[in-house]
Amino acid sequence: MMPPLLRLATASAWNRRAALSLTVLAVALSVMLLLGVERLREQVREGFAQSVSGADLIVGARGSPLQLMLYSVFRIGEATHNMEWSSVEALSAHPAVDWIIPVSLGDSHRGYPVLATNQAYFAHFRTGDKRPLRLAEGRAFGGLFDAVLGAEVAHALGYRVGDRIALAHGSGESGLAEHTDKPFTVVGILTRTGTPVDSTVHIGLEAMEAIHLDWQGGAPIPGMQIPAGYVQKFDLTPKTVTAVIVGLKSRAAVFSAQRWVNGYRGEPLMGVLPGVALAQLWQALGYGERALLAVSVLVVGVGLAGLIAVVLAGLDQRRRELAILRAVGARPRDILALLTLEGLGLTVAGALLGFVLLTGLSFVAAPLVEARLGFALQIGLPAAHELFLLAGVIITGFIASLLPGWRAYRVSLADGLTPRT
Amino acid sequence: MGPVVALHALRFDWDAVPCLDIPQFELAAGEQAFLHGPSGSGKSTLLNLLAGVLRPQRGKITVLGTPLSTLSGAARDRFRADHLGLIFQQFNLIPYLPVFENVTLPCRFSARRHAQAGDMRAAATRLLEHLDLDAALWHRRADALSVGQQQRVAAARALIGAPELIIADEPTSALDADRQDAFLDLLTRECAANGAALIFASHDKRLAARFSRTLALPDINRAGGSA
Repeated sequence: MMPPLLRLATASAWNRRAALSLTVLAVALSVMLLLGVERLREQVREGFAQSVSGADLIVGARGSPLQLMLYSVFRIGEATHNMEWSSVEALSAHPAVDWIIPVSLGDSHRGYPVLATNQAYFAHFRTGDKRPLRLAEGRAFGGLFDAVLGAEVAHALGYRVGDRIALAHGSGESGLAEHTDKPFTVVGILTRTGTPVDSTVHIGLEAMEAIHLDWQGGAPIPGMQIPAGYVQKFDLTPKTVTAVIVGLKSRAAVFSAQRWVNGYRGEPLMGVLPGVALAQLWQALGYGERALLAVSVLVVGVGLAGLIAVVLAGLDQRRRELAILRAVGARPRDILALLTLEGLGLTVAGALLGFVLLTGLSFVAAPLVEARLGFALQIGLPAAHELFLLAGVIITGFIASLLPGWRAYRVSLADGLTPRT
Repeated sequence: MGPVVALHALRFDWDAVPCLDIPQFELAAGEQAFLHGPSGSGKSTLLNLLAGVLRPQRGKITVLGTPLSTLSGAARDRFRADHLGLIFQQFNLIPYLPVFENVTLPCRFSARRHAQAGDMRAAATRLLEHLDLDAALWHRRADALSVGQQQRVAAARALIGAPELIIADEPTSALDADRQDAFLDLLTRECAANGAALIFASHDKRLAARFSRTLALPDINRAGGSA
């Protein structure tokens, strides 16, 4: 049998379940928000960090390191300056450099960014826990107008190997000039990575050069049209690229390599350590994250305040009940414990329900989030910092519950056996 | 065996207004006393003092040889749980608990009452049967019962675990005349069977006939009374 106070608290709460369940739901929703914000924050960070595993340096035209990271790895924003191909060759020849992946951005296909690169991308690019890219279907590009699609592009647009697609100049959803004269053939589709790779259309650097042969300043040159069949006659070595992802033979050389890049005489370049740039990103986003966290903490506070208010409001109607308990031998401190136990129990129920709701919501939203935001929602038992937050909520609820407990204590001392109601 | 209750030079004021001033009062073991007093004569205050919820400003309250007036609040609560059964005018029961759990509630707050009751279920069953409560009602919520049924459940709860003193404050005033008589019969009979002393407070003098001893509070109280 349950100890009397616990039995009384649960029976009494069950008796008022209509009012209490609403406040528990409010607490649950607030806890769900708090945990959800935390989880999203963690997973955005993890998602970003997973997008560049294995790269030691990102090199591009001098400018903002953060911007270079954002557009070269996350396809957010656009490059303002490119770097010369000669610089790429010089970098490649540097003794500390193991491999390089040159990338060119700027075009798009139905809203998905187009990344021009070479075979090194498939050989050296790593995501997540140093996982190489894998093809779910087909092969890497070999021919000039071959394209390899990220998993999400293929899934969302329903493309299969063998389909023909036209790229658009610039990025965006609509209103763009298209390279319809030089369509690409889908030759491969990558497996899902949970990174921006999934929503990228990959083509060769030479193809990027080829589709822009008869273009200048972002528009086709009037009266000039070079048919697809003839482009092979031109030198398709790229003149510029957007950025170069660099792997070094030894991690220890990263700072000397960075110095070499930053001091490169051919043109103003910069080398960025992905980890450092990400740290800058988090710093930049820190205020927003903290504001979001503060708001969700406040919402939890509002939820708990509502719960305490309901428990307090019920107290006046329960004075008779408290007097009966006093008559059968309950001490005022038992009354304090009874009311505190009730508040604590409701808080715990709200916190657990909040976690369950979040888990349920994650199940429903996971495919959507993965498709739209490119990272996998984690589902499972609460992580350590989430347990910490839950414990914080419960301890706050306990302390707040002392208020109705203390009021009930005063009331039962004053009323004795004859409540004045 | 000494008296169950002994009051000596008891003095209680509400905010410096004298309410009770009782030079001397005693109740013998197993005695059943009718305490008469109009409302406002200090009846409830006296019962709260006897139950150890209030403490007198002066004088001595001895219950079962224990000087209640000198015990700490927690010790008086423990004493009440162990030795007293209380019945009020109405709303005696925890509305959301089943009848059975209401009856056994004192055993959960007092190890002594639990021990004396022996098997709690058997003790509650016996009392509810003696008090003529239909077995079909035992597992109902207390607030599903009529007032008369609730008062009988309250009596069973007061009697469980054989407390030495039962204090009843207007327990029949919410009942009609027939039921008042039936309830009084059951209560006095069960108190006698359990060897419990009974203080039965009421403003209704007609009930006094059934008691071996009748007291008028205004007669033993030198203060005017006010609660």
